[in-house]
Parts: sequence; C-alpha cells; structure tokens
Amino acid sequence: MNRALNWLPNLAAGQAQAGYPASLRVIDGELDNRPARFIAVVPDAHNPFPRARAGEVGLLEGWGLAKAVSEAVEADRNTEKRAIVALIDVPSQAYGRREEALGIHQALAGAVEAYAQARLAGHPVIGLLVGKAMSGAFLAHGYQAQRLIALDDSGVMVHAMGKAAAARITLRSVDALEALAAEIPPMAYDLGSYASLGLLWRRLSVDNADSPSAADIAAVRACLAEAVRDIGQSTDLSSRLGGEHRQASRDVRARLRSQWQEA
Amino acid sequence: MTDTERLLRHRSFVELGARQRARALLDNGTFRELLGPFDRLMSPWLPRQGIVPQADDGVIIAKGKLAGRACVVAAIEGGFQGGSMGEVGGAKIAGALELAVEDNRNGIPTCAVLLLETGGVRLQEANLGLAAIAEIQAGIVELRGHQPVIGVIAGSVGCFGGMSIAAGLCSHLLVTREARLGLNGPQVIEQEAGIEEYNAGDRPFIWSFSGGEQRHACGLADAYVADDVERIREQLLQLLGQPSANRARQHAWYLQRLAQLGAEAPQLDAAAVRALYQGDAQ
Repeated sequence: MNRALNWLPNLAAGQAQAGYPASLRVIDGELDNRPARFIAVVPDAHNPFPRARAGEVGLLEGWGLAKAVSEAVEADRNTEKRAIVALIDVPSQAYGRREEALGIHQALAGAVEAYAQARLAGHPVIGLLVGKAMSGAFLAHGYQAQRLIALDDSGVMVHAMGKAAAARITLRSVDALEALAAEIPPMAYDLGSYASLGLLWRRLSVDNADSPSAADIAAVRACLAEAVRDIGQSTDLSSRLGGEHRQASRDVRARLRSQWQEA
Repeated sequence: MTDTERLLRHRSFVELGARQRARALLDNGTFRELLGPFDRLMSPWLPRQGIVPQADDGVIIAKGKLAGRACVVAAIEGGFQGGSMGEVGGAKIAGALELAVEDNRNGIPTCAVLLLETGGVRLQEANLGLAAIAEIQAGIVELRGHQPVIGVIAGSVGCFGGMSIAAGLCSHLLVTREARLGLNGPQVIEQEAGIEEYNAGDRPFIWSFSGGEQRHACGLADAYVADDVERIREQLLQLLGQPSANRARQHAWYLQRLAQLGAEAPQLDAAAVRALYQGDAQ
C-alpha cells in the first residue's frame, strides 16, 4: 500500500492536474495562504514500463517530476513562488533493462535539476517523508528540498539500498548486516539513527501514518506551513549540516575553505 | 605523423590514478591539491567495520588552470572501495563545488571538472553517502548557472548509482570507449529483476547499453574520445567553449520519445535505443 495516496488528497484539496504520467499525482492547493503544488509518485498497474508499476521512480516518473516542478517554476516566474511539497513514499528506483537502455539516470537527473532549480528560484521546497525514501528514488523526489519532514513512524525509512540487497552486495547475512547497522548510524535502517545525521528538519508524531486522521492532517499542514516560514529566503541545503553524526562533513568543509584561499 | 610515432606518443588516461589524471588535465605546473593525503581526513566509519581507510578517502580535489581559466578538479579514485562515495569524499566534492559557486559570486569565474569513476553510494556509510550525493548534485546545478561543470567518465570503473545522476546534471559529459554510465549496476539489477531481465555476466550485452560509445550515440554524452591524455584534454577544452545541451531540462523531448514506445514498452536493443533518441535535434 502506498501511503502518499492516503495523505495527498487530504493535504491538498484540489483536483489532480492532467497531462502527467498516471504514476504521478500533482495537485495544486494552498499552504499558509500561499499557493502550493503537492506531488507524489504512486503505483500504476498499467505503467508502460513493467519494472515501475509499484511506485518505483523510473523513466516516466523522473521526466514527469521534472515536468511537474519546472512548469510550476515557469508559471511563477513573475509572481509569488508557490511552495512545492514532495510527498515521499518511494520503494526504490526502477531496476530493469528498459530503464538502463533508455538512460534512467538522465530521467532522474531531470527531476533533480527541476527541484534544485525551483529551490534556487526561491520556491520553498519541502520533502515530506510518509513512507519509504530509498536511494535514487529519494534523490529524484525530495532530497533537493530545503527542509525534510518525516512522520515519526516505523514505516518511514531512508536508505541507500534495501536490507536484503545490501546484505548480498556487501557479502553479509541480513542478520549480520542488521547487527552492524545498529552500531553505525549512517548504515542503520531506523528513523532515530537517520535523525542523528541531522538531515531531517523535523520528526512529527501522528496517530495513524497509514491512514491519517483529521488531527494528523492538521498537524502535518501546520508543520509544512512552519517549514515554509522557516525556509524564508534561503535557497540552499546548508541547514542539513548540523547533525550529531555529521562532524566529518563539517570538518572537511571548514578545512577545505581555509586551504581554498591559499591555493 | 606515422602510426609508430602516434603509438609511441600515446599516453593512456584510463591507466592513470585519480591524482595523475587531475594533474594531466590541468595546465602544466598549476595543479594544487587541497585536503591531500597528508591532511589525513579519513572515513570515520570504515575502521569500525574492519576496513582500512585511505588518507584521502579516494577523492582528489585540485585547483588549477584550464587553458588559463580558474578551475577546480574533483577526481574520484576508482581503485579505493570502487570509487564509492562516503561522508568525507562526498563532502570534499560538495564543498569544492560550493566554494567554486562562492568564487563566482565574488567575481572570480571558476569552472569545474569531475572525473567520475564510481559505483555510487558507499554502502558502509550508506545514508551519509546518499546525503553527500544530494549535496554534490545541488552544487553542480548551482555552479552550472555561473560556469561550465564538465563530467569525464574515462573508465574503468564507470559511473553508477547516484553519481550517474550527477553526471546527467553536468553542462557537458565526455566519455571514452572504456566508460560505462548507468544508474543501476548489473549485479543489482540481476538480483532485483532476475537474470532473464538482466544477465550481469553477459558483458557484451551490458556494454551495448551502457558503454561510452552507445551513450554518446544516443545523445546522453556530448563527446566520445579515444583513451589518450592529449585527446581528452583537447576535447575538454573544446567543450569548455561550447553551449551546454542542458540535457536535464529536456523533459518534454524525452517524454515525447518515450511515449512512442506505446502502452507496453518493449525490450529494446542498442540499435533501437539509438533510433529512438536520434533524429531531430534535442
């Protein structure tokens, strides 16, 4: 079950926009008295690409996200920049022969480009993690946002690779991987460890992450509005660097800066 | 020049390590490494997993000149942990791009060259690698608004995972015959989708899709050049002066092409992909 499908129509009251692949839901609504575009990638049993039928981010989804975001940027060029909210429950990028042959990396680059350009153009971009946020799918849909908000729920997971696949690739058993991951925060699969990296702006408790109550919707909308205000005029990702377990990311930048001027 | 002379003058780029590659591309005598191995900025996460870290974490950052223009080169060492992106190496690249953006804002035009030999996220530093790649991508997009960011995939590791997306964001992409470019590594696809879908052991099949020649023929790379230091440098300098294809902005064109595959996209061979992506200009 895809959680974005349950959250999206309640967070944004409008009609889904036409002209996008069936695996995308794009709804224009409002947030904090400001126009807002809500975007989700959802399962489509009839997707022309069979490896992208369960909500994966594939060729149509990457280029479709690029279209949904960049059209909003274009439309708002001379007017108030609408907020852009990526609702994220993406199990993975699409793994398949068609995808590699047709350059799925470029499709995902299209999506990254569009989100990054929206941010640079002054749109508040927020990633709302309601379920899985895996690897390339997350890079394409949400990771370019100025603020990331996650439901505080065990079904929310951020990772570079699913457990089973990661175990096979690193030549470990799933048990050994889990034992190791529990001690290495960036490898861990739980949300608390992810939060210790400092990448999330806010974790938000809800009654029902699968099927939100009216109170859940109100709380999330309030949090999104707060994020829009917190973003203010900022257009970069620098708010992510403060985490307990990102010391090296800060050290590298500080020392690079001091050597940069001398070189 | 005779064939023998040419052969004697040939210097392979692919056989060079990352540091030598960066040095070979920059103007003579201008290479200045930042955060070099003596700074000993190493992965804090690998030793805890019984893996020996490397003093530069497999990423070389160098400032220098490219045909007289200020340039920063980020070169990934494919020989260390498959060129994988961990916290330190990722922060070196992202940080260098961020500083180049600052220089441009302050009236110091600085371009960037990324030498990409990488399997993507280092799984031992999973979420910090993924976060760093998002920051590298943000840096490429922003810097490109000021100055060219040129990606070079020479081989032999190739460019995969989140860094293939980064390659797709560059102003220009240069590949050789030894290069491969794709989102998902063959083994991962085979495991996820089955051997019928993708046979990781079938090398000609894999190269026919993801090799440099095919990517260039499909318009997914801008220059295709022999594995030779001088030829690669010449081509790099040419690209610097050309307008970008802005490939990552061509969603309308790609969506239109993909729609031609109909309601049930068939499996395509390399020739069919070329036919679909060639034709009228993007």
